[in-house]
Amino acid sequence: MELLLLFLSAAIVNNFVLSYFLGICPFIGVSNKISSAFSMGLAATFVMTITSIVTWLIYHKILVPFELEFLQYVSFILVIASLVQFVEMFIKKVSQPLYRALGIFLPLITTNCAILGLALFIVLKEYSFIEGIVFGLGAGTGFTLAITLMAGIREELDLADVPKPFQGAPITLIVAGILAMAFMGFAGLI
Amino acid sequence: MANKVTLTREFLKGLWEQNAVFKQVLGMCPVLAVTVSAENGIAMALATTFALVFSSFIVSLIKNWIPAQVRIAAYILIIATFVTIVDLVMKAQFPSLSKALGPFIPLIIVNCLILGRQEAFASKNSVLRAVLDALGMGTGFLIALFLLGSTRELFGSGTILGFQIMPDVYEPWLIMILPAGAFLTLGLMMGFFRTYSEKKKRVERDSIVDKYLRAKKVAETNPLEAN
Repeated sequence: MELLLLFLSAAIVNNFVLSYFLGICPFIGVSNKISSAFSMGLAATFVMTITSIVTWLIYHKILVPFELEFLQYVSFILVIASLVQFVEMFIKKVSQPLYRALGIFLPLITTNCAILGLALFIVLKEYSFIEGIVFGLGAGTGFTLAITLMAGIREELDLADVPKPFQGAPITLIVAGILAMAFMGFAGLI
Repeated sequence: MANKVTLTREFLKGLWEQNAVFKQVLGMCPVLAVTVSAENGIAMALATTFALVFSSFIVSLIKNWIPAQVRIAAYILIIATFVTIVDLVMKAQFPSLSKALGPFIPLIIVNCLILGRQEAFASKNSVLRAVLDALGMGTGFLIALFLLGSTRELFGSGTILGFQIMPDVYEPWLIMILPAGAFLTLGLMMGFFRTYSEKKKRVERDSIVDKYLRAKKVAETNPLEAN
Protein backbone atom coordinates (compact mmCIF):
# COMPACT_ATOMS: atom_id res chain seq x y z
CA MET A 1 0.00 0.00 0.00
CA GLU A 2 2.79 2.37 0.92
CA LEU A 3 4.52 1.57 -2.35
CA LEU A 4 1.33 2.36 -4.26
CA LEU A 5 1.14 5.71 -2.52
CA LEU A 6 4.79 6.38 -3.34
CA PHE A 7 4.10 5.56 -6.99
CA LEU A 8 1.06 7.86 -7.14
CA SER A 9 2.90 10.64 -5.35
CA ALA A 10 5.83 10.50 -7.79
CA ALA A 11 3.57 10.19 -10.84
CA ILE A 12 0.85 12.72 -10.09
CA VAL A 13 1.10 14.78 -6.93
CA ASN A 14 4.80 15.61 -7.14
CA ASN A 15 5.01 15.31 -10.90
CA PHE A 16 8.65 15.60 -11.95
CA VAL A 17 7.99 18.00 -14.80
CA LEU A 18 5.25 20.16 -13.39
CA SER A 19 6.33 20.55 -9.78
CA TYR A 20 10.08 19.79 -9.69
CA PHE A 21 10.88 21.25 -13.13
CA LEU A 22 12.96 18.25 -14.11
CA GLY A 23 13.10 17.29 -17.76
CA ILE A 24 11.86 20.62 -19.08
CA CYS A 25 14.07 20.56 -22.18
CA PRO A 26 12.44 17.49 -23.79
CA PHE A 27 9.11 18.62 -22.36
CA ILE A 28 9.31 21.75 -24.49
CA GLY A 29 11.41 20.33 -27.32
CA VAL A 30 9.75 17.00 -28.11
CA SER A 31 6.11 17.79 -27.35
CA ASN A 32 4.96 18.66 -30.87
CA LYS A 33 3.30 15.36 -31.67
CA ILE A 34 1.55 12.88 -29.39
CA SER A 35 3.26 9.85 -30.93
CA SER A 36 6.82 11.11 -30.53
CA ALA A 37 6.07 12.54 -27.09
CA PHE A 38 4.74 9.19 -25.94
CA SER A 39 7.82 7.37 -27.29
CA MET A 40 10.07 9.86 -25.51
CA GLY A 41 8.14 9.26 -22.31
CA LEU A 42 8.46 5.49 -22.64
CA ALA A 43 12.19 5.70 -23.36
CA ALA A 44 12.69 7.97 -20.36
CA THR A 45 10.62 5.73 -18.07
CA PHE A 46 12.66 2.74 -19.18
CA VAL A 47 15.98 4.44 -18.50
CA MET A 48 14.74 5.97 -15.24
CA THR A 49 13.72 2.60 -13.81
CA ILE A 50 17.08 1.02 -14.68
CA THR A 51 18.94 4.11 -13.42
CA SER A 52 17.24 3.93 -10.05
CA ILE A 53 18.39 0.30 -9.68
CA VAL A 54 21.97 0.86 -10.81
CA THR A 55 22.64 4.12 -8.99
CA TRP A 56 21.16 2.74 -5.78
CA LEU A 57 23.54 -0.22 -5.95
CA ILE A 58 26.51 1.99 -6.78
CA TYR A 59 25.80 4.48 -4.04
CA HIS A 60 25.02 2.03 -1.24
CA LYS A 61 27.35 -0.82 -2.20
CA ILE A 62 30.40 1.01 -3.53
CA LEU A 63 30.48 4.71 -2.65
CA VAL A 64 29.27 4.50 0.96
CA PRO A 65 31.44 1.52 2.07
CA PHE A 66 34.55 3.16 0.61
CA GLU A 67 33.57 6.65 1.83
CA LEU A 68 33.64 8.10 -1.66
CA GLU A 69 30.36 10.02 -1.47
CA PHE A 70 31.96 13.14 -2.92
CA LEU A 71 32.31 11.26 -6.19
CA GLN A 72 28.57 10.71 -6.47
CA TYR A 73 27.84 13.29 -9.18
CA VAL A 74 30.72 12.22 -11.37
CA SER A 75 29.93 8.54 -11.00
CA PHE A 76 26.16 9.00 -11.45
CA ILE A 77 26.51 10.94 -14.67
CA LEU A 78 29.04 8.43 -16.01
CA VAL A 79 26.71 5.58 -15.15
CA ILE A 80 23.75 7.29 -16.79
CA ALA A 81 25.68 8.13 -19.95
CA SER A 82 27.02 4.61 -20.36
CA LEU A 83 23.67 3.09 -19.37
CA VAL A 84 21.89 5.02 -22.08
CA GLN A 85 24.48 3.88 -24.60
CA PHE A 86 24.13 0.30 -23.42
CA VAL A 87 20.33 0.38 -23.50
CA GLU A 88 20.49 1.75 -27.02
CA MET A 89 22.75 -1.09 -28.21
CA PHE A 90 20.66 -3.66 -26.39
CA ILE A 91 17.37 -2.50 -27.87
CA LYS A 92 18.92 -2.34 -31.33
CA LYS A 93 19.98 -5.97 -31.02
CA VAL A 94 16.79 -7.31 -29.45
CA SER A 95 13.90 -5.44 -30.99
CA GLN A 96 14.13 -3.49 -34.22
CA PRO A 97 10.60 -1.98 -34.03
CA LEU A 98 11.23 -0.75 -30.50
CA TYR A 99 14.58 0.66 -31.60
CA ARG A 100 12.94 2.55 -34.43
CA ALA A 101 10.34 3.93 -32.03
CA LEU A 102 12.75 5.00 -29.29
CA GLY A 103 16.03 5.20 -31.19
CA ILE A 104 16.50 8.92 -31.76
CA PHE A 105 15.25 9.82 -28.31
CA LEU A 106 17.71 7.70 -26.37
CA PRO A 107 20.84 9.87 -26.79
CA LEU A 108 18.79 12.91 -25.75
CA ILE A 109 18.00 11.24 -22.46
CA THR A 110 21.59 11.49 -21.19
CA THR A 111 21.19 15.21 -20.66
CA ASN A 112 17.62 14.92 -19.41
CA CYS A 113 17.88 16.30 -15.91
CA ALA A 114 15.00 14.11 -14.79
CA ILE A 115 17.32 11.08 -14.85
CA LEU A 116 20.12 12.60 -12.77
CA GLY A 117 17.50 14.31 -10.59
CA LEU A 118 15.91 10.95 -9.91
CA ALA A 119 19.23 9.42 -8.83
CA LEU A 120 19.89 12.40 -6.53
CA PHE A 121 16.40 12.31 -5.02
CA ILE A 122 16.74 8.61 -4.21
CA VAL A 123 19.94 9.35 -2.29
CA LEU A 124 18.51 12.49 -0.68
CA LYS A 125 15.29 10.87 0.52
CA GLU A 126 17.09 7.71 1.65
CA TYR A 127 14.78 5.32 -0.15
CA SER A 128 15.28 1.58 0.18
CA PHE A 129 16.06 -0.50 -2.89
CA ILE A 130 12.42 -1.42 -3.62
CA GLU A 131 11.18 2.09 -2.87
CA GLY A 132 13.80 3.45 -5.26
CA ILE A 133 12.55 1.28 -8.11
CA VAL A 134 8.91 2.23 -7.46
CA PHE A 135 9.88 5.90 -7.24
CA GLY A 136 11.74 5.64 -10.56
CA LEU A 137 8.81 3.94 -12.24
CA GLY A 138 6.37 6.50 -10.83
CA ALA A 139 8.52 9.45 -11.87
CA GLY A 140 8.82 8.01 -15.37
CA THR A 141 5.07 7.49 -15.60
CA GLY A 142 4.51 11.06 -14.45
CA PHE A 143 6.93 12.34 -17.09
CA THR A 144 5.15 10.32 -19.80
CA LEU A 145 1.78 11.61 -18.60
CA ALA A 146 2.89 15.24 -18.59
CA ILE A 147 4.66 15.20 -21.95
CA THR A 148 1.80 13.33 -23.68
CA LEU A 149 -0.83 15.70 -22.26
CA MET A 150 1.29 18.63 -23.40
CA ALA A 151 1.64 17.19 -26.90
CA GLY A 152 -2.13 16.71 -27.09
CA ILE A 153 -2.70 20.33 -26.18
CA ARG A 154 -0.04 21.56 -28.59
CA GLU A 155 -1.57 19.63 -31.49
CA GLU A 156 -4.80 21.52 -30.88
CA LEU A 157 -2.88 24.74 -30.39
CA ASP A 158 -1.59 24.56 -33.96
CA LEU A 159 -5.10 25.42 -35.10
CA ALA A 160 -5.45 28.33 -32.69
CA ASP A 161 -4.70 31.92 -33.58
CA VAL A 162 -1.75 32.65 -31.30
CA PRO A 163 -0.21 36.16 -31.52
CA LYS A 164 3.03 35.95 -33.46
CA PRO A 165 5.51 36.88 -30.70
CA PHE A 166 3.96 34.23 -28.44
CA GLN A 167 4.26 31.37 -30.92
CA GLY A 168 6.63 28.55 -30.02
CA ALA A 169 8.29 28.55 -26.61
CA PRO A 170 6.28 31.33 -24.86
CA ILE A 171 2.85 29.83 -25.47
CA THR A 172 4.18 26.37 -24.56
CA LEU A 173 5.39 27.73 -21.23
CA ILE A 174 2.06 29.42 -20.55
CA VAL A 175 0.19 26.22 -21.35
CA ALA A 176 2.58 24.35 -19.05
CA GLY A 177 1.74 26.86 -16.34
CA ILE A 178 -1.97 26.19 -16.72
CA LEU A 179 -1.27 22.45 -16.72
CA ALA A 180 0.77 22.84 -13.53
CA MET A 181 -2.17 24.70 -11.96
CA ALA A 182 -4.46 21.82 -12.92
CA PHE A 183 -2.04 19.35 -11.32
CA MET A 184 -2.09 21.42 -8.13
CA GLY A 185 -5.60 20.06 -7.72
CA PHE A 186 -4.04 16.71 -6.79
CA ALA A 187 -2.12 18.29 -3.92
CA GLY A 188 -4.34 17.08 -1.10
CA LEU A 189 -4.62 13.56 -2.50
CA ILE A 190 -1.84 12.01 -0.42
CA MET B 1 37.42 33.00 -39.37
CA ALA B 2 39.09 33.44 -36.01
CA ASN B 3 39.51 37.19 -36.29
CA LYS B 4 36.19 38.13 -37.80
CA VAL B 5 34.53 38.82 -34.47
CA THR B 6 36.15 41.18 -32.00
CA LEU B 7 36.84 39.95 -28.49
CA THR B 8 34.35 42.35 -26.91
CA ARG B 9 31.61 41.09 -29.24
CA GLU B 10 32.43 37.58 -28.10
CA PHE B 11 31.55 38.66 -24.58
CA LEU B 12 28.64 40.97 -25.38
CA LYS B 13 26.68 38.65 -27.64
CA GLY B 14 25.75 36.42 -24.71
CA LEU B 15 24.23 39.26 -22.71
CA TRP B 16 21.16 39.82 -24.80
CA GLU B 17 21.41 39.04 -28.50
CA GLN B 18 21.98 35.33 -27.89
CA ASN B 19 20.68 35.28 -24.34
CA ALA B 20 20.60 31.65 -23.26
CA VAL B 21 17.23 31.82 -21.56
CA PHE B 22 15.15 34.29 -23.56
CA LYS B 23 16.54 33.69 -27.03
CA GLN B 24 17.92 30.15 -27.10
CA VAL B 25 15.56 28.60 -24.52
CA LEU B 26 18.40 26.62 -22.91
CA GLY B 27 18.90 25.57 -19.31
CA MET B 28 15.21 25.80 -18.46
CA CYS B 29 15.16 23.49 -15.42
CA PRO B 30 17.19 25.67 -13.03
CA VAL B 31 15.66 28.82 -14.49
CA LEU B 32 12.17 27.76 -13.51
CA ALA B 33 13.00 25.90 -10.34
CA VAL B 34 15.16 28.30 -8.33
CA THR B 35 13.69 31.69 -9.24
CA VAL B 36 11.34 31.85 -6.26
CA SER B 37 13.45 34.78 -5.08
CA ALA B 38 16.01 37.07 -6.69
CA GLU B 39 18.69 35.91 -4.26
CA ASN B 40 18.34 32.24 -5.22
CA GLY B 41 18.41 33.22 -8.88
CA ILE B 42 21.67 35.13 -8.47
CA ALA B 43 23.30 32.31 -6.51
CA MET B 44 22.27 29.78 -9.12
CA ALA B 45 23.54 31.95 -11.98
CA LEU B 46 26.89 32.51 -10.27
CA ALA B 47 27.35 28.79 -9.62
CA THR B 48 26.48 28.03 -13.24
CA THR B 49 28.82 30.73 -14.54
CA PHE B 50 31.69 29.35 -12.47
CA ALA B 51 31.20 25.85 -13.84
CA LEU B 52 30.70 27.20 -17.37
CA VAL B 53 33.82 29.38 -17.41
CA PHE B 54 36.15 26.72 -16.02
CA SER B 55 34.72 23.95 -18.20
CA SER B 56 35.09 26.15 -21.29
CA PHE B 57 38.66 26.92 -20.26
CA ILE B 58 39.62 23.27 -19.84
CA VAL B 59 37.73 22.06 -22.90
CA SER B 60 39.25 24.64 -25.22
CA LEU B 61 42.68 23.87 -23.72
CA ILE B 62 42.53 20.14 -24.41
CA LYS B 63 40.17 20.18 -27.41
CA ASN B 64 42.77 18.60 -29.70
CA TRP B 65 43.32 15.63 -27.43
CA ILE B 66 39.69 14.59 -27.00
CA PRO B 67 38.66 11.92 -29.55
CA ALA B 68 35.49 12.97 -31.36
CA GLN B 69 33.56 9.80 -30.46
CA VAL B 70 33.77 10.29 -26.70
CA ARG B 71 33.73 14.09 -26.60
CA ILE B 72 30.28 14.43 -25.03
CA ALA B 73 31.19 12.04 -22.22
CA ALA B 74 34.48 13.91 -21.72
CA TYR B 75 32.71 17.29 -21.56
CA ILE B 76 30.18 15.99 -19.05
CA LEU B 77 32.96 14.60 -16.84
CA ILE B 78 34.81 17.92 -16.90
CA ILE B 79 31.60 19.79 -16.06
CA ALA B 80 30.74 17.32 -13.30
CA THR B 81 34.14 17.89 -11.69
CA PHE B 82 33.61 21.65 -11.46
CA VAL B 83 30.03 21.29 -10.29
CA THR B 84 31.25 19.02 -7.48
CA ILE B 85 33.69 21.78 -6.48
CA VAL B 86 30.89 24.37 -6.49
CA ASP B 87 28.62 22.10 -4.48
CA LEU B 88 31.22 21.35 -1.81
CA VAL B 89 32.22 25.02 -1.49
CA MET B 90 28.59 26.11 -1.18
CA LYS B 91 27.85 23.44 1.42
CA ALA B 92 30.80 24.67 3.50
CA GLN B 93 30.45 28.43 3.04
CA PHE B 94 26.74 29.11 2.44
CA PRO B 95 24.83 26.24 4.06
CA SER B 96 21.44 27.98 3.98
CA LEU B 97 21.75 28.87 0.30
CA SER B 98 22.92 25.37 -0.51
CA LYS B 99 19.89 24.00 1.28
CA ALA B 100 17.50 26.33 -0.58
CA LEU B 101 18.86 25.29 -3.97
CA GLY B 102 18.95 21.62 -2.96
CA PRO B 103 19.46 19.13 -5.77
CA PHE B 104 19.54 21.88 -8.37
CA ILE B 105 23.23 22.57 -7.74
CA PRO B 106 24.30 19.06 -8.84
CA LEU B 107 21.80 19.34 -11.68
CA ILE B 108 23.97 22.08 -13.21
CA ILE B 109 25.89 19.14 -14.70
CA VAL B 110 23.06 18.41 -17.11
CA ASN B 111 22.26 22.07 -17.80
CA CYS B 112 22.10 22.08 -21.58
CA LEU B 113 23.48 25.63 -21.61
CA ILE B 114 26.91 24.45 -20.42
CA LEU B 115 27.13 21.37 -22.61
CA GLY B 116 25.80 23.41 -25.52
CA ARG B 117 28.57 26.02 -25.20
CA GLN B 118 31.25 23.31 -25.02
CA GLU B 119 29.95 21.59 -28.13
CA ALA B 120 29.15 24.74 -30.11
CA PHE B 121 31.93 27.06 -29.05
CA ALA B 122 34.70 26.02 -26.65
CA SER B 123 35.65 22.94 -28.67
CA LYS B 124 36.25 25.06 -31.77
CA ASN B 125 37.83 28.26 -30.47
CA SER B 126 40.92 29.54 -28.69
CA VAL B 127 41.12 29.60 -24.90
CA LEU B 128 40.66 33.37 -24.58
CA ARG B 129 37.59 33.41 -26.81
CA ALA B 130 36.09 30.41 -25.06
CA VAL B 131 36.47 32.04 -21.66
CA LEU B 132 35.03 35.36 -22.87
CA ASP B 133 32.12 33.59 -24.49
CA ALA B 134 31.49 31.62 -21.30
CA LEU B 135 31.61 34.82 -19.21
CA GLY B 136 29.15 36.52 -21.55
CA MET B 137 26.76 33.59 -21.57
CA GLY B 138 27.00 33.33 -17.80
CA THR B 139 26.25 37.03 -17.39
CA GLY B 140 23.30 36.71 -19.74
CA PHE B 141 22.06 33.82 -17.65
CA LEU B 142 22.47 35.99 -14.54
CA ILE B 143 20.43 38.80 -16.10
CA ALA B 144 17.65 36.39 -17.04
CA LEU B 145 17.56 34.71 -13.64
CA PHE B 146 17.62 38.03 -11.82
CA LEU B 147 14.77 39.44 -13.93
CA LEU B 148 12.65 36.35 -13.47
CA GLY B 149 13.53 35.94 -9.79
CA SER B 150 12.82 39.54 -8.87
CA THR B 151 9.53 39.57 -10.79
CA ARG B 152 8.33 36.45 -9.04
CA GLU B 153 9.55 37.66 -5.68
CA LEU B 154 7.95 41.07 -6.16
CA PHE B 155 4.49 39.70 -6.90
CA GLY B 156 4.77 36.55 -4.83
CA SER B 157 6.11 38.02 -1.59
CA GLY B 158 6.11 41.79 -2.17
CA THR B 159 9.89 42.08 -1.80
CA ILE B 160 13.02 42.21 -3.95
CA LEU B 161 16.20 40.71 -2.44
CA GLY B 162 14.38 40.75 0.89
CA PHE B 163 13.54 44.48 0.84
CA GLN B 164 9.87 45.41 1.12
CA ILE B 165 8.74 47.04 -2.12
CA MET B 166 4.99 46.63 -2.19
CA PRO B 167 2.86 48.54 0.36
CA ASP B 168 1.61 46.63 3.41
CA VAL B 169 -1.93 46.34 2.07
CA TYR B 170 -0.64 44.33 -0.89
CA GLU B 171 -1.91 40.76 -0.83
CA PRO B 172 0.90 38.51 -2.23
CA TRP B 173 -0.07 36.36 -5.20
CA LEU B 174 0.62 32.86 -3.96
CA ILE B 175 0.62 31.52 -7.50
CA MET B 176 3.83 33.38 -8.33
CA ILE B 177 5.97 31.35 -5.95
CA LEU B 178 4.30 28.07 -6.89
CA PRO B 179 5.55 26.04 -9.87
CA ALA B 180 2.70 27.21 -12.10
CA GLY B 181 3.77 30.83 -11.60
CA ALA B 182 7.26 30.04 -12.89
CA PHE B 183 5.95 28.74 -16.19
CA LEU B 184 3.48 31.60 -16.60
CA THR B 185 5.98 34.36 -15.76
CA LEU B 186 8.68 33.05 -18.05
CA GLY B 187 6.21 32.48 -20.88
CA LEU B 188 4.77 35.98 -20.59
CA MET B 189 8.21 37.61 -20.27
CA MET B 190 9.52 35.79 -23.32
CA GLY B 191 6.43 36.81 -25.27
CA PHE B 192 6.73 40.46 -24.29
CA PHE B 193 10.41 40.61 -25.16
CA ARG B 194 9.63 39.16 -28.55
CA THR B 195 6.79 41.65 -29.04
CA TYR B 196 9.25 44.42 -28.28
CA SER B 197 11.91 43.22 -30.71
CA GLU B 198 9.30 42.59 -33.41
CA LYS B 199 8.04 46.12 -32.93
CA LYS B 200 11.57 47.51 -33.17
CA LYS B 201 12.14 45.58 -36.37
CA ARG B 202 8.84 46.84 -37.79
CA VAL B 203 9.63 50.44 -36.90
CA GLU B 204 12.99 50.12 -38.64
CA ARG B 205 11.39 48.63 -41.72
CA ASP B 206 8.62 51.26 -41.75
CA SER B 207 11.12 54.09 -41.49
CA ILE B 208 13.00 52.80 -44.54
CA VAL B 209 9.76 52.42 -46.51
CA ASP B 210 8.69 55.84 -45.33
CA LYS B 211 11.90 57.45 -46.45
CA TYR B 212 11.60 55.81 -49.83
CA LEU B 213 7.97 56.89 -50.27
CA ARG B 214 8.76 60.45 -49.26
CA ALA B 215 11.66 60.64 -51.68
CA LYS B 216 9.40 59.25 -54.40
CA LYS B 217 6.69 61.79 -53.61
CA VAL B 218 9.18 64.63 -53.71
CA ALA B 219 10.50 63.35 -56.99
CA GLU B 220 6.98 63.16 -58.45
CA THR B 221 5.75 66.56 -57.35
CA ASN B 222 8.95 68.42 -57.90
CA PRO B 223 11.34 66.65 -60.25
CA LEU B 224 13.82 69.51 -60.26
CA GLU B 225 14.27 69.62 -56.52
CA ALA B 226 14.80 65.89 -56.28
CA ASN B 227 17.60 66.02 -58.75
